[in-house]
Amino acid sequence: MKKTTYTISIYTENNVGLLNRVSAIFLKRHINIVSITSSESEIPDIFRFVIVVNISKEQVVKVVKQIEKQIEVISVFYHTDKQTIFLETALYKVKSSSLFEEKQIQNMIKDSRANIVTVKPDYFVIEKTGWRLETEDLYQKLKPYGLLQFVRSGRISVSKKSMDISRILNSK
Amino acid sequence: MYQVHLKDVSLINMKKISGAEAIIRCLISEDVDVLFGYPGGAIMPVYDELYKFQKDINHILVRHEQGATHAAQGYARSSGKVGVAIATSGPGATNLVTGIADAQIDSTPMVCITGQVASYLLGSDAFQETDIIGISTPVTKWNYQITKASEISEIISKAFFIARTGRPGPVLIDITKDAQFDMIENFEYKKCENIRSYSPIPPINKSTISDAGKLINESKKPLIVWGQGVILGNAESEFKDFVEKTGIPAAWTILGVSAISTNHKLNVGMVGMHGNYGPNVLTNDCDLLIAIGMRFDDRVTGDLKTYAKQAQIIHFEIDPAEVDKNVKVDIAVIGDVKQTLKEILPHVNKSSHNSWVRKFRELNKIEFDKVIDKEYNKQSGGLSMAEVIKSINENTEGNSILVTDVGQHQMIACRYMNFNKSKSNITSGGLGTMGFALPAALGAKIGDPGREVIAVIGDGGFQMTIQELGTIFQTSYSVKIVILNNEYLGMVRQWQQLFFDKRYASTEMTNPDFVTIAKGYFIESKRVSHRKELNSSIKQMLSHDGPYLLEVCVEKEENVFPMIPSGSSVSDIRLE
Repeated sequence: MKKTTYTISIYTENNVGLLNRVSAIFLKRHINIVSITSSESEIPDIFRFVIVVNISKEQVVKVVKQIEKQIEVISVFYHTDKQTIFLETALYKVKSSSLFEEKQIQNMIKDSRANIVTVKPDYFVIEKTGWRLETEDLYQKLKPYGLLQFVRSGRISVSKKSMDISRILNSK
Repeated sequence: MYQVHLKDVSLINMKKISGAEAIIRCLISEDVDVLFGYPGGAIMPVYDELYKFQKDINHILVRHEQGATHAAQGYARSSGKVGVAIATSGPGATNLVTGIADAQIDSTPMVCITGQVASYLLGSDAFQETDIIGISTPVTKWNYQITKASEISEIISKAFFIARTGRPGPVLIDITKDAQFDMIENFEYKKCENIRSYSPIPPINKSTISDAGKLINESKKPLIVWGQGVILGNAESEFKDFVEKTGIPAAWTILGVSAISTNHKLNVGMVGMHGNYGPNVLTNDCDLLIAIGMRFDDRVTGDLKTYAKQAQIIHFEIDPAEVDKNVKVDIAVIGDVKQTLKEILPHVNKSSHNSWVRKFRELNKIEFDKVIDKEYNKQSGGLSMAEVIKSINENTEGNSILVTDVGQHQMIACRYMNFNKSKSNITSGGLGTMGFALPAALGAKIGDPGREVIAVIGDGGFQMTIQELGTIFQTSYSVKIVILNNEYLGMVRQWQQLFFDKRYASTEMTNPDFVTIAKGYFIESKRVSHRKELNSSIKQMLSHDGPYLLEVCVEKEENVFPMIPSGSSVSDIRLE
């Protein structure tokens, strides 16, 4: 069955055990979570999980229904990449000496529209926000100069069409 | 002795009470009059209050916490109310898990209350600390850990609301010991009526009703398959009206049986792995399959690639997550089945499908000649399980509650038992929990004390919760226990015979003397191994005032047929 990348947005009440309950639904079906983030949403006291998975259309429909069935889940939406605007942030920690010895690093930072967040005598930190391809590209470019640390966040996303969560809440 | 008889909750609004007392008052406000449980360190404050409130709440002391959950399930299934089980932290809580999982998969309304170590000890690996919230999450409809006494009222009311509404299920509330001890001012209990993130009864889409009605009216060979949803939705009479008006033959899943009587002229038997020949074969011949309150379990459908492919399918269902889960349907009528069946009635024509119904009868006659007659009306050789059910039928006239365990005896009993009333078949369907029947029978008796409760149990499953004989003895509820003893784990042995070249790996049992064991618990008991004594022994059991155990020594290597071998199509059902 054809697999697609789906971004699943889950609006929930704020509850300690809910992440466990939601992740168990993926675990039970052997679905690997590509990335997961959680934050407050646009509505006070309502939280939003953004989970990225690579599964078939049939699977995503079933999983979304199972998540929606959980008591403290208010509403669930799923989108393909075309239907959302999404970003990830990556941080790259590099030896400071490379910055002065290897001029091309400065060009790389400029070309990829990354930012230098901090500079210390022995290391500096670059931040790049963008698509996976872009943060990956910079990772590959910086790798030969010795990355001291690298970390990439989960995907955050907003949908192009409205997700009518306020209306759903008000109708209940 | 300090005893409180609670009549008016509002009277105590101004008084300071402990969290433990609040728990009891919440339960009383939810009309809980019986609890199945087992005490221990982390739940002692609640037990101390139970001592004071013993006039209001009957606590049944089980012999193992698993028994508490199954008894609560039996209670819920016979009474239609929420069953309540209570246990301590750690092992007390983990022992509940099997029953919770059983209640989850069979949609049984149950609230489990567990004690927990004090909140300041959480996460310290304290004595009898276990993460029961984490453990029970995948098998509960909802769970919650209370760490402050002030939360008790709101959370317990939510627990009962969630357990009983929509598609019912188990809820676990874990309460730390300090929350039980802490004092609350101005205790107030309000029944929960709404949770903003939870829609128990999805709204009905009117067009699905008229579309379904149209399909039904156009169909030439329709078949209804109904499940427990009809019973859980209290929709028996709406269902009967629908079946009778449309004249459509109706077959049941194992949990749906008893929603309409066995002898109803449109009841064509059981579907699934050990169901009847007619409805299984004709599932792959009908032009319209109307599924009502059932979830297309794999034991019902067999191979999905060949399941009812020729038919259009309508699914009456309360849980949207069940729609298109296993079988893709043409029309999903989502909503409360009591309401949807009521609303569809004016849309369907009064009809009859006599020649189509006759096809079921003809196929079931083949099954009768090849299987049923030989075992139900057996005349010679060892006793069959079916003739034990026949004798029960002859002496109870379909009015008793049957509680079965899991395995061969379960299939035989559910196939052959006559039912005249709803809520009469209590068994572990989805989870297949051996050991279910004995405690569930006790719970069923307490849930509907006016009815005869007969537990039919295999020798294997009986020994999984045999200790609950102690509970039955202590409470002296009149539960009738029939052990069908073939000295084998019969269903597994049958599979070994059919699919593993008769390699009987660990299925032969050397059993104790069950009659002597019952005597040890002062429960009247008898063993029967001859046909001529069977009927009189059943009569003797039924006429006995109080619990009774009847051990019937049956044929050792009997097989259950018909059978759909797993992975096969429903229409490839075997009669031998």
